[in-house]
Amino acid sequence: MVLKINNLSLVQGDFSLRADIVCDAGVTAVMGPSGAGKSTLLAAIAGFIAPTGGQMAFAGREFTDLTPAERPVSMLFQDNNLFPHLTIAENVGLGLRGELRLSGQEKEAVAQAIVDVGLEGLAARKPAALSGGQQSRAALARVLLAGRPIVLLDEPFAALGPRLKDEMLDLVRERLIPKGQIVLMVSHDPNDVKRIADQVCLVAEGRVSAAKPTDEIFENPPDALRAYLGDMG
Amino acid sequence: MALRAVAINPRWPGGIVAGLVLALTLGTLCAVGLRADFLAGLGVADWAAVRFTVLQALVSALVSCLLAIPVARALARRQFRGRSAIITLLGAPFLLPVIVAVLGLLSVFGRNGIVNNALSAVGLPEVSIYGFHGVVLAHVFFNMPLVTRFILQGWLAIPSERFRLAASLGAPVGRLLEWPMLRSVLPSAFLVVFLICLTSFAVALTLGGGPKATTVELAIYQALRFDFDLGRAALLALLQFGICAIAAIFAWSATQRDEGGAGLDRAVQRWDGGVKRDAIIIVLAALFLLLPLGMIVVRGVAGIPELTVDIWRAALRSILVAVSSAVLCTGFALALALRGGRLASVVGVLPLAASSLVVGTGLFLIVYPFVNPARLALPITMLVNAVLALPFVLRSIGPAVAKVEADFGRLGTSLGLSSRVWTWRIVLPRLRQPLGFGAGLAAALSMGDLGVIALFAGDAQETLPLAMYRLMGAYRMEAAAAAALLLVAVSFSLFWFFDRGGQIGAQDK
Repeated sequence: MVLKINNLSLVQGDFSLRADIVCDAGVTAVMGPSGAGKSTLLAAIAGFIAPTGGQMAFAGREFTDLTPAERPVSMLFQDNNLFPHLTIAENVGLGLRGELRLSGQEKEAVAQAIVDVGLEGLAARKPAALSGGQQSRAALARVLLAGRPIVLLDEPFAALGPRLKDEMLDLVRERLIPKGQIVLMVSHDPNDVKRIADQVCLVAEGRVSAAKPTDEIFENPPDALRAYLGDMG
Repeated sequence: MALRAVAINPRWPGGIVAGLVLALTLGTLCAVGLRADFLAGLGVADWAAVRFTVLQALVSALVSCLLAIPVARALARRQFRGRSAIITLLGAPFLLPVIVAVLGLLSVFGRNGIVNNALSAVGLPEVSIYGFHGVVLAHVFFNMPLVTRFILQGWLAIPSERFRLAASLGAPVGRLLEWPMLRSVLPSAFLVVFLICLTSFAVALTLGGGPKATTVELAIYQALRFDFDLGRAALLALLQFGICAIAAIFAWSATQRDEGGAGLDRAVQRWDGGVKRDAIIIVLAALFLLLPLGMIVVRGVAGIPELTVDIWRAALRSILVAVSSAVLCTGFALALALRGGRLASVVGVLPLAASSLVVGTGLFLIVYPFVNPARLALPITMLVNAVLALPFVLRSIGPAVAKVEADFGRLGTSLGLSSRVWTWRIVLPRLRQPLGFGAGLAAALSMGDLGVIALFAGDAQETLPLAMYRLMGAYRMEAAAAAALLLVAVSFSLFWFFDRGGQIGAQDK
């Protein structure tokens, strides 16, 4: 079951981006300079930006024209992933079906997802009463519970310190990948990418290039990646 | 290219509200236009009313602006205890029922008022508050504080580095920094005040009158209430609409958004003198605002025993109308803000240009053939008040709705929230503060309204402002002052109650 993006073209004013990629289960890192269109690509897959051409399909079924909620896609944004006035349990529960009134069975599933990300006993708290790392975990619990096959991470852990961020990436690896989910992750940090990504897509000069295995691309970086990484790679 | 970020916003309630507002403003205008007696035309008295309306509004706006400049300047550059209290005081006239302020002004400037008593004590002739200068005085009382706040904002928006730079260069602060600021702030402030003064029926009703001091709105009221000349009332209403429309078009092109008075608590540090003069100006301005209010309290307390059951009944009616109007108005504003788009923004400002007397005349003409208008006085007042307060409430909640959409629109959309869950469980809880403030504003404005109600009400539908007006007309000044005290107390309490209600439990940012 693969995510197939075929000849997709995105135009916003002067900006344009073309994408032709195939993603398998596992983590695909999306790298490239600022303003190259990494977030735009994810927004298009999530359904927030209408493409001017091309198709997107998962498991052979096209979803180019579906609404964001109908797509087989969950997304974590850079911030505002939790509603501040709702409890953690309510926030996580929204992953099930966008409702706040849940059945007993659904409530159990919510409680389990909260335990799975290590937030036992915090279900009744509001996000403000949690640390940054715990908030990220809560958002991830919702993604787990939603169980959609494609997960888009638009740098949701960027505000965390290095150790917390590593923890979150490991949690993604541990909890999402065994279920066969396809994770697309925007990243600026080659260490993150090496830590968790199976393959890398490069976004540069108006093109999203086909994904290459992570080891391969860092051993022999293409020019665009070399220019972007400088000495870091 | 981007899709509507928040496709889950419900759109139909905003559509209904837009239809209602259009019907009440433009629809009533059609009713007026159909009924207007064009053949009779406009008489000499009518043209005099037009001249008086425009002239008093021009002079009121001009005086308000001229007086506001030194007050704002003094407040901008002095830091002293009680400064923030004075700035809060400047906001009070907006919520103060017009008729209360008029009574307060009467007890200072009227016959047997403080000023005339002082004048006659030293053998000078008395001044009369009725007529042109009384109307202007009342308008200045209401609008000078408003303009002062506008200008104060402009003053404090000048970065303090520029004042330091000017001081170190020895450059003239006035020409370099202050004049450009005034030039950008004053025209819009002037036009806003001008527009307000064109449609302030209650002031004209209480202080104007007679062939020399009748506004068009007052003439409408007289044609409808006393002469029952519907055709003439309709023609005058058309005329009033025309005047307002022209003024509104000017005002729109010049108005910028106001920033809501944030950050007015710091003073501009400056290096030019004039401490004494600033102190005198601030004291005079505070006295001008406080004396009339103080007189209401003093006389009102004395008059409390004179409050009859009828007055209390009127107060209850007013509270009922004000609270329902506030609920309606915030609901309208929320629906429009969620709908968004060009229609919502046009509908959101349209009522500013509407005169409640024109709307009232139109409604009167529509309902009159079917039912006794007095029987509908309270529901109609409630509805018209809700629509007239809409622009202010929308200004309070519009930006908050936009922020919720920007922060959480994509999240809500991707989670597949229904319009119901999105509106009730996400947007509303995050809007408590501006909604509470908006509802408080709408309630206070409706509480003090003396417009449409005067056209419709009989004795059995009297609201508190109307009852108070009738007491004044009967020269029962003690009882009127007590009613005024009651009216002020209820208005500010309602505002406080709603505003507080919005703040409680809103800490989960």
